[in-house]
Amino acid sequence: MNPFAASKFLLRGLAMWAVLGGLAASASPFLPADDSQVLERLRAKPFDPATHELHELRARLAVAPTNPVVACQFARQCIELSRSEANPRYLGRAQGALAPWWDAPMPPVEVLLLRATIKQSQHDFTNALTDLAAVLKRDPANAQAWLTKATVLTVIGDYAGARLACRPLGQLTTGLVALTATVSVTALDGQAATSADLLNRALQGDPQAGAADRLWALTVLGEIATRRGQPAAAEHYFKSALALGLHDPYLLGAYADLLLDRGRNAEVVALLGNESTADALLLRLTLAEAALVPPPASYPAHVASLQARFEAGHLRGDFVHQREEARFTLELLHEPAAALRLAQANWQVQREPADVQVLLAAAGAADDAAAAQPALAFMHQHHLEDVQLERLASQITLAREP
Amino acid sequence: MWVCLSPWTAGAHTQSSAYLMIQTTPAGVTGQWDLALRDLEDAVGLDANDDGVITWAELRARQAAVFAYAQARLHIQGDGRPGTLVMDDLRVDNHSDGAYAVLTFAVPDIGHPTRLGLDYRAFFDIDPRHRGLLRLEQGGQTRVGVFSPETASQQFDLSAAGNAAIPNPFLTFVREGVWHIWSGYDHMMFLLALLLPGVLKRTGRGWEPVAANRPALVNILKIVTAFTAAHSITLSLAALGIVHLPVRLVEASIAATVVLAALNNVTPFFAERGWMVAFGFGLLHGFGFANALADLGLHTGQMAATLLGFNIGVELGQLAIVAVFLPLALSVRHLMFYQRFVLRFGSVAIMLVASTWLAERVFDFKWLPF
Repeated sequence: MNPFAASKFLLRGLAMWAVLGGLAASASPFLPADDSQVLERLRAKPFDPATHELHELRARLAVAPTNPVVACQFARQCIELSRSEANPRYLGRAQGALAPWWDAPMPPVEVLLLRATIKQSQHDFTNALTDLAAVLKRDPANAQAWLTKATVLTVIGDYAGARLACRPLGQLTTGLVALTATVSVTALDGQAATSADLLNRALQGDPQAGAADRLWALTVLGEIATRRGQPAAAEHYFKSALALGLHDPYLLGAYADLLLDRGRNAEVVALLGNESTADALLLRLTLAEAALVPPPASYPAHVASLQARFEAGHLRGDFVHQREEARFTLELLHEPAAALRLAQANWQVQREPADVQVLLAAAGAADDAAAAQPALAFMHQHHLEDVQLERLASQITLAREP
Repeated sequence: MWVCLSPWTAGAHTQSSAYLMIQTTPAGVTGQWDLALRDLEDAVGLDANDDGVITWAELRARQAAVFAYAQARLHIQGDGRPGTLVMDDLRVDNHSDGAYAVLTFAVPDIGHPTRLGLDYRAFFDIDPRHRGLLRLEQGGQTRVGVFSPETASQQFDLSAAGNAAIPNPFLTFVREGVWHIWSGYDHMMFLLALLLPGVLKRTGRGWEPVAANRPALVNILKIVTAFTAAHSITLSLAALGIVHLPVRLVEASIAATVVLAALNNVTPFFAERGWMVAFGFGLLHGFGFANALADLGLHTGQMAATLLGFNIGVELGQLAIVAVFLPLALSVRHLMFYQRFVLRFGSVAIMLVASTWLAERVFDFKWLPF
């Protein structure tokens, strides 16, 4: 029985009050000492063709805000930047460019596709799938729509649907891209070994593949090897992917997870030392710092920064960061009960291995075996092969034996 | 074809936010508005030499444009009269997601309004995901709000009646504490198990009523104080994150303390000193209170502030139980009915219920409805 249920809402409001109070209190505006003081770095490189193009598109958009071609070009560029720079502010800009069609029932196909991509990134998976279905009804040969649909269905754990969405890709895109998409699903659905084998061979047999395609395939191979308990192979794939020289935050996160699991914390700090924009990467960096003895000087500031970001998210009414917040609450704040609530809420939205992991870990730490059941059932249903998850699951099932 | 490959869902989620603080003081309405440089760059343009870096010189050079943008995007009304934003100062601050321009302003022409209207439109045209996070302060009262494209216009009642409607966080936690004692049956039963023999004393021939009221009062005061002191200590230690025990272990141990306290009334095996039992077992109950407080989803930092209110609430709830129990027990302590029936069967009943809780909590099943 929870005697607090009724007043929880009010208390949440009060918590928010306290947080905003804290935000204001921590703020200490200053007058910079001299004119040349750098206040903000907008991008990694001083002169970046992508942001330059964005400037031009913004100017064109200002003149013709309802031109769907310009709006889509601008939005697409923003989405690309949101990924490569791990800066979600660009997603809001993309939505802004699509504002004339945001609530339209039947916008142009290209707008629909971009709208679905933005909704997916806001974890509005239901509406993303609706938009994708509308795209595919009008343009069944739209490879990007099939890819995005497969991704969304994988994230929510609908592997059967995701496999179906991958099927047309063989005809619509390169063999490597189609196979990478398919293997991302099948490897989670009980066929890890054969999937990895197939993809590895396809990669070897396609030396002409573009860097982005190779990076994606290598990342997927690295993740499968990590889950199968083959850290040396996983590291080989991740390092080959990094050697391609593209900045991919998703790859950095996957490699950092492998290093964290192996206790190679100093290497995580070296890998992610400059990656403090993306919450997910800052979280991994801070986890590694916490494990170092003594923690580096930046550690307390990083914890405070993560906390401030999650709290700002609460104030905004955003719920997209629950996976990271659950891990943060569990591993850095050491509050299993609160972490479990976040992991459970997150489980209602996403079902990736990382979501299984945080739910199992939080349930184990909170000593609540019942809370772990949905994740255990999911693992069992899909024969999910993942040594880390199996380790967590066995700890929970062992604890249940009287 | 445009192919977005790796699904970057384990993403970065710090979207555009601004912080607006408005104060109404005897001097009038003043405010501070923190706007992200990244947002101002896209809205008004700051990076004059387009090198991807914003310097203080570049921001200062655009001060007039930033002020004009702010004045055009925030409209403040006092009692229906539109006010003018008189910009005061430009500074800089660092929030968790980057550098912000800090604008301070006054709204001199609306005096001391009882109704404040805020219309917030910053950045919504270029970024519908932008949120304006409002903090409105007046005479020690604080209100919060969020501006989105859908909630861009908001009204605030600054009159005495409007202020009275704002929940006081401290009092709310006091209420939560009272409620927790009253609805957390394990704590109540533990207290009753200790209080039941409080008006009696053990002799060679069994329980006998204490002759005067005073020793009974002193005895019960000692018990309640010891329980309070003990659970305050552990509640604070746990809530501040200094000590942590697994939830199930704590809950099971609490059930065990209830069983033992009640058993002691039937077959004495602790010393006469009820207050020592109350103190020792009270330490465990404090961890239980901490779990309840943690259930509210508050982080350590906020917990410290609300701890006192919650604890005071727990004490008040406890005192209320004592205030009902004590006069009753004192008046019936001479009756054989109390000494034999109420004490003995009451204690046995408490033992039975608490044993069931213990089994439930150890073996992780649910049988009792409470």
